[in-house]
Amino acid sequence: MKQVVFISGKGGTGKSTVVSSLSLIVHNKMMADCDVETPNLHILIKGESIERRDYFGGKKAVIDYSVCMQCGRCWQVCRFGAISKKLEVLPMKCEGCGVCALVCPCNAIRLDDEKTGEVYVSSTDRGTFSYALLDIGGEGSGKLVTEVRKSAEGQCKGEEWLLIDGSPGIGCPVIASITGADAVVAVTEPTMSGLSDLERVLDVARHFGIPAFVCINKYDLNPEITEQIERFCQQNGFPVIGKIPFDPAIVEALKNFKTPVEAGNVEFTDEVVKLWHRLVDELKKLTV
Amino acid sequence: MKIAVLSGKGGTGKTAVSVSLAALIPGSQYVDCDVEEPNGYIFLRPRIGKSISVELLVPTVDVQKCTGCGLCARVCQFNAIAVVRGKVLVFPEICHYCGACTIACPEGAIKEVPRQIGVVEISQDGAFIHGRLNTGESTGVPIVDELKRNLKEDAHPILDCPPGVSCSVVHAIEGCDYCILVTEPTPFGLYDLEIAVKLMERMGIPFGVVTNKASEGVDLIDEFCEKRGIDVLVKLPFSVEVAKAYSQGILPIDVDDEWRARLALLYEKVKRGSNK
Ligand code: SF4
Ligand code: SF4
Ligand code: SF4
Ligand code: SF4
Repeated sequence: MKQVVFISGKGGTGKSTVVSSLSLIVHNKMMADCDVETPNLHILIKGESIERRDYFGGKKAVIDYSVCMQCGRCWQVCRFGAISKKLEVLPMKCEGCGVCALVCPCNAIRLDDEKTGEVYVSSTDRGTFSYALLDIGGEGSGKLVTEVRKSAEGQCKGEEWLLIDGSPGIGCPVIASITGADAVVAVTEPTMSGLSDLERVLDVARHFGIPAFVCINKYDLNPEITEQIERFCQQNGFPVIGKIPFDPAIVEALKNFKTPVEAGNVEFTDEVVKLWHRLVDELKKLTV
Repeated sequence: MKIAVLSGKGGTGKTAVSVSLAALIPGSQYVDCDVEEPNGYIFLRPRIGKSISVELLVPTVDVQKCTGCGLCARVCQFNAIAVVRGKVLVFPEICHYCGACTIACPEGAIKEVPRQIGVVEISQDGAFIHGRLNTGESTGVPIVDELKRNLKEDAHPILDCPPGVSCSVVHAIEGCDYCILVTEPTPFGLYDLEIAVKLMERMGIPFGVVTNKASEGVDLIDEFCEKRGIDVLVKLPFSVEVAKAYSQGILPIDVDDEWRARLALLYEKVKRGSNK
């Protein structure tokens, strides 16, 4: 199974719209949403739940006050300010590193597994689909992303593709969503900030040695910056495989819970079909 | 008064609202906490005066003293240190700089040395400050913490927060007097808003909603907020002019009087609704 991850640096570039549209176009595939903080794909891809489980991605210190002799060592050594002067563990700050337990002379501190999110797998008419939701302020979103991908892989019945809606940013979760993938498609917008975000995410893809491609959404909003992006991509060897025009009808379709493909937006659909064909061609070139 | 601007996801106009507010409020300080992708500088064009290196302590092992006992690897909760065939390997990118290995080592073979993970930059006039995480690093939280140490309390800091609801957002909004949640009137926007509202309720900070790219009439954000008793502070109309200006790094309030008027109104409402 080949894994293609769509990333954007910042959210809101239309990445989920592209992935949900592709879910109607590409055959023999699975889907995964690796934006575990604010997953959106399941809003457009409805299905029947086949798996739901809690995810324990972190640990939290717990003090047994019946044994504690209030020496304050734990408070002193915690580098995350997670133990208050009153010797309470502040769960939002505790990283579960265990230093406090290590220094406690009374063995009064233990680390408990902490639920940090939930993983879901559903069966849809477009294929099997996995996603997750990180608890508010949760830790270990990178590990949860890996869990989402594993859940999809675990359900694989010989599908040819895994389409992944990647995590935003350039940190741990996005690294987890692209490691081991076969290709990255960066969806961007022609804005000054879009260009600088794009450079940063492509940097991450390159850092991990994954072939990266670019799709410019709303390319006609600012032709000069679109040109700048294309020049940048050409100079740095990132093929631009899609250019989608700005169209207010796309948002209107989304308001009605429909992908532009389902809403019969011909221009958009054509462009996404082309994008997919170009991607497949480029990947073929890479394997010969 | 510290105002935080956040949204469930990026791309809702969070930065457009933050930089516009910063430009509108005299003597304010703009603080870009989106350290993975800081964008505010594009609009505010600061002259950077001071740069602070953000460094964390990571373990290094003195091979002379190390006996290869493996205790360091056993206490590390993050698999950031491993002992392979008697040799210790440290993986700095996943190290949480907690110090457990150093404390645990019976030979005193581990020393912690500073390692840069990013920078904080402050403008000459102090009205602009942002942080930047180096590529390949896993957490921006220490950079957010450094930004928070450099707030000018008397200058109305406006914190442009990272997208999402993870720990870096929690660190950014902690201690703020008011949070502005920016969203869009789409099912995605609504879903992300619901998650952001949960975060607000958990943190107990007063907050209100700004709907960007709004059209006329009652939308699904209004309905949700009405039901939950949440203030929709202002609605910002979709405007191709604003989108174009934004794409060129021009402040929306400089091209659209409607935006300017509504952001002034937003500031008034925030003042009334905040803790201070
Ligand atoms: S586990 Fe680590 S972060 Fe949590 S309280 Fe103990 S020392 Fe602090
Ligand atoms: S180190 Fe142990 S004994 Fe000392 S205050 Fe903490 S929990 Fe109590
Ligand atoms: S705990 Fe100290 S002595 Fe033991 S393997 Fe680690 S560094 Fe070497
Ligand atoms: S400092 Fe903490 S996270 Fe880093 S290697 Fe040592 S024990 Fe592991």
